[in-house]
Amino acid sequence: MLQYQDKIQAIAARLLKECKVDLVIGFRRGTVPMMNEPYVARTAEQTTNLIWDSHCGINLTNYLTDRKEKIGIVAKGCDSRNIVTHILENKIERDQLYIIGVPCQGMVDKRKIAQAVNGAVDQVIENGNEITIKGPAGDKTVTKADVLQNNCSLCKHRNPTIHDEMVAEPVAEQTDIDAYESVRAIEAMDIDAKRAYFEKLLEPCIRCYACRNACPLCYCPTCFVDEHRPQWVGKSTDPVDNMTFHFLRAYHCAGRCTDCGACERACPVGIKVRIFTKKLEKDCLELFGWEAGLSLDTRPPLDVYRPEDPDDFIK
Amino acid sequence: MGIEPGRLQFSWISSAESTKFVDVVNQVTDAIKALGPNRYLVKNQAKVA
Ligand code: SF4
Ligand code: SF4
Repeated sequence: MLQYQDKIQAIAARLLKECKVDLVIGFRRGTVPMMNEPYVARTAEQTTNLIWDSHCGINLTNYLTDRKEKIGIVAKGCDSRNIVTHILENKIERDQLYIIGVPCQGMVDKRKIAQAVNGAVDQVIENGNEITIKGPAGDKTVTKADVLQNNCSLCKHRNPTIHDEMVAEPVAEQTDIDAYESVRAIEAMDIDAKRAYFEKLLEPCIRCYACRNACPLCYCPTCFVDEHRPQWVGKSTDPVDNMTFHFLRAYHCAGRCTDCGACERACPVGIKVRIFTKKLEKDCLELFGWEAGLSLDTRPPLDVYRPEDPDDFIK
Repeated sequence: MGIEPGRLQFSWISSAESTKFVDVVNQVTDAIKALGPNRYLVKNQAKVA
């Protein structure tokens, strides 16, 4: 991780010195443990603030939308796939970007870390695959694989799909993972069981929209939940309103979501919101052989027509 | 997602296919009438108010 960090700083400093870019978007250390925050370096001196460790789970593509400058951006596998999606959707131009690719080894889930030491965390120290957590209730060392974010355990694209320069050699991709076990479990339920499941899942939702705000796909100037002429969905936390919000948001992400996990990470009440986008990801893969953000040369399934479309109604 | 199959239907109709539009609307109306009143995703108005 430290090698990554030195390399990121060196590349960023060089880019800014040579005026190749106007700014570099990366991470800096947050004020509390495990909460790194997005950081924009505009001078070579500022690049010493850039860091890299296993708490860089925020999706930085979120900060590219409609920008006009030349931008250097630090991108792990999922970020790079969202950058591809952004370029395809004309939210940024490819030649505005200098992508600093980071081969990712997974980000850790702050909730799992906190659970490991029963609550408060003072410090988290990484050493390869071992993570030592220091808290008032004592220290504990865990294996990184046990505290990964769920989406990272299921990730098949750890290496950036698009980059101008890599900070290290590509890492081995995970194979033999069953990414859709949780989705299949729900697909197998009958209508009433499904509805009960979703109602229970979304019961704690306070409709703060942190999930939407963290998502690089959710860039509409006015989100359908905020519109009130017409008002598409109620503003209350009634189960029907909660379900409407989550179902519709998921559909808006169909064929675009990269399972970066930024939404789930942002949720203050810990709702596993990725289950909805995961279902659509599975459908896109099974029906159209599509995974979002792998290449700039193919159009997403929802904006092309192919004669072999699996659905009859469109023929 | 917790609503009956058939309650939500999709069709692809060109703006020039007016008769197809009428047919589809009639078919969907009949199919939905056969399903009866919606029981799912119904908000309890009194409770929400
Ligand atoms: S819906 Fe969630 S997992 Fe998908 S791209 Fe948006 S933030 Fe990432
Ligand atoms: S972040 Fe969590 S609580 Fe907030 S709207 Fe999303 S699911 Fe609901």
